[in-house]
Amino acid sequence: MSAKTLYDKLWQQHVVRESEDGTCLLYIDRHLVHEVTSPQAFEGMRLAGRSLWRGNANLAVPDHNVPTIDRDKGIVDPVSRLQVETLDRNCVDFGIQEFAMNDPRQGIVHVIGPEQGATLPGMTVVCGDSHTSTHGAFAALAFGIGTSEVEHVMATQCLLQKKSRSMLVRVDGRLQQGVSAKDVVLAIICRIGTAGGTGYTLEFAGDVMQALSMEGRMTVCNMTIEAGARAGMVAVDDATLEYVQGRPFAPRGELWDRAVNVWLGLHSDDDAVFDATVEIDANMLEPQVTWGTSPEMVVAVGDVVPDPAQEPDATRRNGMEQALRYMDLQPGTAISDIVLDKVFIGSCTNSRIEDLRQAAAIIKGRKVAGNIRQVLVVPGSGLIKRQAEAEGIDKVFKQAGFEWREPGCSMCLAMNADRLQPGERCASTSNRSFEGRQGQGGRTHLVSPAMAAAAAIAGHFVDIRELN
Amino acid sequence: MEKFEKFKGLVLPLDRPNVDTDAIIPKQYLKSIKRSGFGPNLFDDWRYLDPGEPGMDHSKRRINPNFVLNRERYQGAQIFLARENFGCGSSREHAPWALLDYGFRVIIAPSFADIFFNNCFKNGILPIVLNAGVVDKLFQEAEQPGYSLAIDLPEQTITTPGGEVMTFDVDDFRKHCLLHGLDDIDLTLQYRDEIEAYEKNRKKQAPWLFGNPV
Ligand code: SF4
Repeated sequence: MSAKTLYDKLWQQHVVRESEDGTCLLYIDRHLVHEVTSPQAFEGMRLAGRSLWRGNANLAVPDHNVPTIDRDKGIVDPVSRLQVETLDRNCVDFGIQEFAMNDPRQGIVHVIGPEQGATLPGMTVVCGDSHTSTHGAFAALAFGIGTSEVEHVMATQCLLQKKSRSMLVRVDGRLQQGVSAKDVVLAIICRIGTAGGTGYTLEFAGDVMQALSMEGRMTVCNMTIEAGARAGMVAVDDATLEYVQGRPFAPRGELWDRAVNVWLGLHSDDDAVFDATVEIDANMLEPQVTWGTSPEMVVAVGDVVPDPAQEPDATRRNGMEQALRYMDLQPGTAISDIVLDKVFIGSCTNSRIEDLRQAAAIIKGRKVAGNIRQVLVVPGSGLIKRQAEAEGIDKVFKQAGFEWREPGCSMCLAMNADRLQPGERCASTSNRSFEGRQGQGGRTHLVSPAMAAAAAIAGHFVDIRELN
Repeated sequence: MEKFEKFKGLVLPLDRPNVDTDAIIPKQYLKSIKRSGFGPNLFDDWRYLDPGEPGMDHSKRRINPNFVLNRERYQGAQIFLARENFGCGSSREHAPWALLDYGFRVIIAPSFADIFFNNCFKNGILPIVLNAGVVDKLFQEAEQPGYSLAIDLPEQTITTPGGEVMTFDVDDFRKHCLLHGLDDIDLTLQYRDEIEAYEKNRKKQAPWLFGNPV
């Protein structure tokens, strides 16, 4: 038997049938549902008179539209409210388990899946959301799908897919103090580009990936899509098992032992061959800050905003010029001279307990800078929020002048009331710096939680390695 | 889904790389629970000078005369010419819905983001990948007023006004579905027995994948 990659193994275990041209019917173990990309799929099911293939494969949660303040007043925006209520109703009608807005387990779909153990090693996990790649941290084959595919999964428990190529991303060495998973993934995107992973499934490996906590691995896998790849994954090890054990949806007792036996095989064989390999030296890695409207437009915090005039490729140069215009930045400006208006700590990239702890550690006993209009801290789930409160982290944030909110997507994409005003500049722990992503005309710089917290205190970007 | 026929259409060029789905259809319109009506909000942030919200009368808004979609000469365009990595970012199928609702049936680019590419086929839009040099040439030629291309899906060809014929690749299965306007779900349900057999077997091997807490 020839050596297999982790991706090969996961793929093969899920093929129901393969046609001559290589298109496969792939079985889906877990389907996560949120309010934005599902209503048209439910509607399609109704119109065609179809029922769910397997109800308990689905788990739903509203996250994109939910308010992060005054939840007891309900959702003020009628259009958002209708969307959330539509999800509630669809879940009742179709018999899907939902963590509704006021359930203590509610949170961002990619945070609650792993938190509940609804994401397990060896699964295929899909969701109508591109950041489904997050779940790959558990050696799952997890990817985002469109609404037509959401409907397809609901009705058939399968998807039509062709196998993609495989890319190994090795991150070796040791991270310096203050450099985090977020910096690792931004550096990976910088190296391979936002389209570099298109057509590939990524596997992250190497010393650094092994040393990262599950939270850190999720941060890296989360942004796989920003490198163009639909799925990214990490092999199972002790950290994976430790995280999963005891979660509500995880197997117990004898079933747990059986599962672990299988899961321990979820890694690439030693001599497995990848279609491409990328190697990153983590020793040299510095905290990263994006300067443009694409996550690949990123530099180290000690650097300056790059000059498009130095870019030989005309299309890329054009893209850089457009980005600088939108971001209102001049080439050559030191990153640490960029002054901010708002800070956002949250999103499915960085809203887990470890992220909040890292941010809180930076700001303890300090106060937000005078020029910063607002700092939002939005935990990824209700359970994370409680955990943080039990640890007293919420007090650290509040004392520093940060706002401690209810869980949801919030200002990651500004579908609820949390958003940037035109021209406002924000340090954000989210994953996309696209034009208007955090509010029309808003300007986003992507950073790690510690870098965001430090920027809130300083009022501009600072190298956290120089703090303390 | 509407069947895809051969046709000739006016070309609209959008000369920027990495156009993301947030730009194609901004998030506020994702609150809709319908599949249609997104056309007036295609490229909303670039197309209008004032901020847009769902439910507005978009015909009364201030348009950005410099944005390509608003130029007189491109009205009625059905073929969208784009740069690399078109449709990156969010998986929102609202992006192809908006392009389709506006009237686009074909998108030509040197590369597409995977999820967007896939979503196009599900909605009767044909995304065509051509090499960057050829796309560059099309961008230059598209400066001629009334520049149209003839698209022939059965033959997999594009014909320029000058009579030049180019071929393109398309996955056989997807081509078949487009030509016949087929619904994937019905096709998949033909294999119901195989799915059930897989499921049964899998349940034995990995029962932990099938139970939820009660
Ligand atoms: S937090 Fe942001 S990226 Fe994550 S699911 Fe929500 S909107 Fe998408």
